[in-house]
Amino acid sequence: MCLGIPGQIVEIIDAAGKLAVVDVGGVRREVNIAFIVDKAHSAADCVGDWVLVHVGFAMVRIDEDEAAATLALLREMGEYQSEIDSMQASAAGNPV
Amino acid sequence: MKYVDEFRDPGKAQALSREIHALVATIERAKRQPLQIMEVCGGHTHSIFRYGIGQFLPDEIEFVHGPGCPVCVLPMGRVDDCVALAERPEVIFTTFGDAMRVPGSKKSLLKAKADGADVRMVYSPLDALALARQNPEREVIFFGLGFETTMPSTAMTVLQADAENVRNFSLFCNHITIIPTIKAILDEPDLRLDGFLGPGHVSMVIGSAAYDFIARDYGKPITIAGFEPLDVLQSVWMVVKQIAEGRAEVENQYGRVVPRDGNKVALAAVAEVFELREFFEWRGLGSIEHSGVRVRQRYAAFDAERKFSLPNLKIADPQACQCGEVLKGLLKPQQCRIFGTACTPRTPLGALMVSTEGACAAFYNYGRIDTSGLSASKVTKEDQHGR
Repeated sequence: MCLGIPGQIVEIIDAAGKLAVVDVGGVRREVNIAFIVDKAHSAADCVGDWVLVHVGFAMVRIDEDEAAATLALLREMGEYQSEIDSMQASAAGNPV
Repeated sequence: MKYVDEFRDPGKAQALSREIHALVATIERAKRQPLQIMEVCGGHTHSIFRYGIGQFLPDEIEFVHGPGCPVCVLPMGRVDDCVALAERPEVIFTTFGDAMRVPGSKKSLLKAKADGADVRMVYSPLDALALARQNPEREVIFFGLGFETTMPSTAMTVLQADAENVRNFSLFCNHITIIPTIKAILDEPDLRLDGFLGPGHVSMVIGSAAYDFIARDYGKPITIAGFEPLDVLQSVWMVVKQIAEGRAEVENQYGRVVPRDGNKVALAAVAEVFELREFFEWRGLGSIEHSGVRVRQRYAAFDAERKFSLPNLKIADPQACQCGEVLKGLLKPQQCRIFGTACTPRTPLGALMVSTEGACAAFYNYGRIDTSGLSASKVTKEDQHGR
């Protein structure tokens, strides 16, 4: 819940509603990108961005190396699978 | 140093370790009593135990494992309120998986679910809102908990529910806020802290500037730290260097994620939806002024506390539990009288044993390795997860 998980934004679903599809280790789900969009960086600009996802929201843009290091860390700490599992098992989740 | 090969750059870890040893040797007061550094965040607690960070540090440095695990500090009375809400026939009660096993005075949410309550695990508050849209005849309650890391997401979900007028969605708000909590810790007379490792992801939201008071008003050094073992070790080095040089500043080791001013959109959402409570009750720590938030009047229609009646009882922690002393750093996890006997990750009595980010569960899963001489590979997967 608190460590979050890195993913890459692959598609914008709804630019006005700030909804995007993020790929987290091959698992795709809808995330809200309101916290990383501003005048300088529009929703459309977000495609390809690596982000840290917390409870369904992209919280910060990170670089690809940081994403890879964080994924490795989560695997070692035994948090990776539980995060993916909770993403997939979520009641009324938004698999895409 | 058993774990050194797990560091992505073992040479750097050993170099940092040597520098920390050298710096500590120059600090006079460390000769009289160990320097105490509090890691505020449960993610750091997990990392410290997982990677055996203590092995790289001289005996003159002790970690005090802070209260930064939101699941762990949830008081029993609030869990009872969750169960009472969940047991209402019209309610679908949604929660993060982490909170399912936290013991209430009678049962956990997991037990309530087994007894027939409609409790559903969700990954995101947005999933709870989706459930509300799909089930207009039911009342969907989202159990919001966490510090500022998750608070903006809950706020944004309430704003979304308001915009779409999803009237059968509400929030049972148990969010807590970090700054008053750190203030309370600094004002605690029993504590003698020499410095802090600042939380990583809370700081990504609130910004490093929020901690200026720690250096300015309390004269304590703080370094905001990343979660990699090298991040933690480097941050300890930065804190110790400040102590050795007689400085007290806010330093940011996790600048790749944490900006000085935080996330403005996230902070605006939080300010729009939430206001400070006068008090919030913490497991083990008691009542802390202004440490929790509640839903503003403007969004009362989405506030489960206003919408439903709650038992709202104050329930004392189990008598045998010493979570409070462990949270304040007065006891090490293994010094609690029921650690590893009546209280284990599989059958937690105290909240610190519930989450992998709790000091007791982290120590149970990894810390015992040091004393028992087992190799890391002998710790079974089940032990590690304890769930």
